[in-house]
Amino acid sequence: MRRGVFPTTANPMGAIEIGYGQLALGALLLLVNIGLSVALRLGLARDLLVGTVRMTVQLLLIGLVLDWVFATENPAVIVAIAVLMAGLAGRAAVQRTSRRYPGILWNSLVIILGASFLVTGISVLGVIRVDPWYDPQYLIPLHGMLLGNALNGISLGLDRFMEGCAKDRDLIETRLVLGATRWEAAQPIVKEALRTGMIPIINTMMIMGLVSLPGMMTGQILAGADPAQAVQYQILITFMIASCVALATGGVIALAYRALFSPRHQLRTERLRDA
Amino acid sequence: MPLLSVRDAGRRIPDRWLWRDLSFEVAEGERVSVSGPSGSGKSLLLRAMVGLDDLDEGAIAVDGRDLAEWDLPELRMRVRYLPQVPAFAEGTVREALAAPLSFGAARPPADGWIEQRLATLGRGEAFLDARTETLSGGERQIAALLRAMQTGPYVLLLDEATASLDPDATEAAEALISEWLDEDGSRAVVWTSHSRDQRTRVTDRTVDLGDYARLGAEAGEVEA
Repeated sequence: MRRGVFPTTANPMGAIEIGYGQLALGALLLLVNIGLSVALRLGLARDLLVGTVRMTVQLLLIGLVLDWVFATENPAVIVAIAVLMAGLAGRAAVQRTSRRYPGILWNSLVIILGASFLVTGISVLGVIRVDPWYDPQYLIPLHGMLLGNALNGISLGLDRFMEGCAKDRDLIETRLVLGATRWEAAQPIVKEALRTGMIPIINTMMIMGLVSLPGMMTGQILAGADPAQAVQYQILITFMIASCVALATGGVIALAYRALFSPRHQLRTERLRDA
Repeated sequence: MPLLSVRDAGRRIPDRWLWRDLSFEVAEGERVSVSGPSGSGKSLLLRAMVGLDDLDEGAIAVDGRDLAEWDLPELRMRVRYLPQVPAFAEGTVREALAAPLSFGAARPPADGWIEQRLATLGRGEAFLDARTETLSGGERQIAALLRAMQTGPYVLLLDEATASLDPDATEAAEALISEWLDEDGSRAVVWTSHSRDQRTRVTDRTVDLGDYARLGAEAGEVEA
């Protein structure tokens, strides 16, 4: 290793600090992906490049923003950042679905804001008891992890629910004409959509620590934290994520159900549009 | 009082009225057919009669009560719509018949009702244990008719119920429906059918949607 070009230093917690030189070296690992894509003509080279650049720029920018946010001690600014993050997540969740209905964006936004603020609030105030409550070192990363997972649950659940309504339209209307209420007619699809939204986090919990070491915990350990503390934080965060995903998925499916099943016990698939 | 009445009903698609100022009544014991070329909105009329879709104007009443005042699951227990191609969840005919009995508004059939029907159709218990996905088109329609009739509706709305069936299956379905009608004089049937032969065979009178079709220009004029 050419120490002159890539000087390494230790931070106060004893971890090695990495700089842009190390990042550039690390980027060489992506040559494997590019080689595979080119050799097998997967057509992924361009997306890979865009994805790499986006990821790098987005993270570097958020690093700068976080530096600034951590320096401010203004709760209004910190909460505004959290709201903005939730807004972006709510929009991204809808963009991943393959069908839309009027009002879907609002549904996603309202639910992701409600679910993430509720769970972050309970954790910061009631469980971790951060003082002051708006300390961005806790609030922002916790909130961000919840949003990433809630986004996933919302998009998977919504997508499955809308697909079910469109594909099983005949079956749902058969239940309706046989005297089912809208809830009786929708129930199988609601259940299926809820399962689809919640399965990823359940699967993750099953293998956590055995097959995968969660990113947050790994990050904390790399940054020099006590592994036992890192593990406890990870467990707490996993509980938060699981409840937030359940709230968000359940909430958004409830709203989608109200949008696609009228109070007159009619199925309104004509409100669905392909994205 | 008529079982079912349609008053000044109209249904439009973006560029024109499919039918407008449509009025007719269905009385107890009557067999009414609705005719019209494909695309004339026959299915939409039957669907509107059970509130699956809404009318663009006019009203439909059942037992003298406007559809808007009905609890629709309750109404759909009395007036039952059968689509041209019946849908079944995966499973046996027995399961398909049992599933709708779990709905809050449903009342179970009398003991032995289904077995009795199967006997008239010349079919045994084996039919109940067959999986719906293995049935022929005719058998699926029979299963759908039994499913629709078992909870005791008094009006059946049959949307091209036999259009995709062979003559034997058509005869079986028609026999099942006639028998159901003869059982109780207060029942009625509304058929849509392409076939003039079938209309004269199984119904007493015809409502021709062609008589109520409206052209785009006229619709625009009225709209404005």
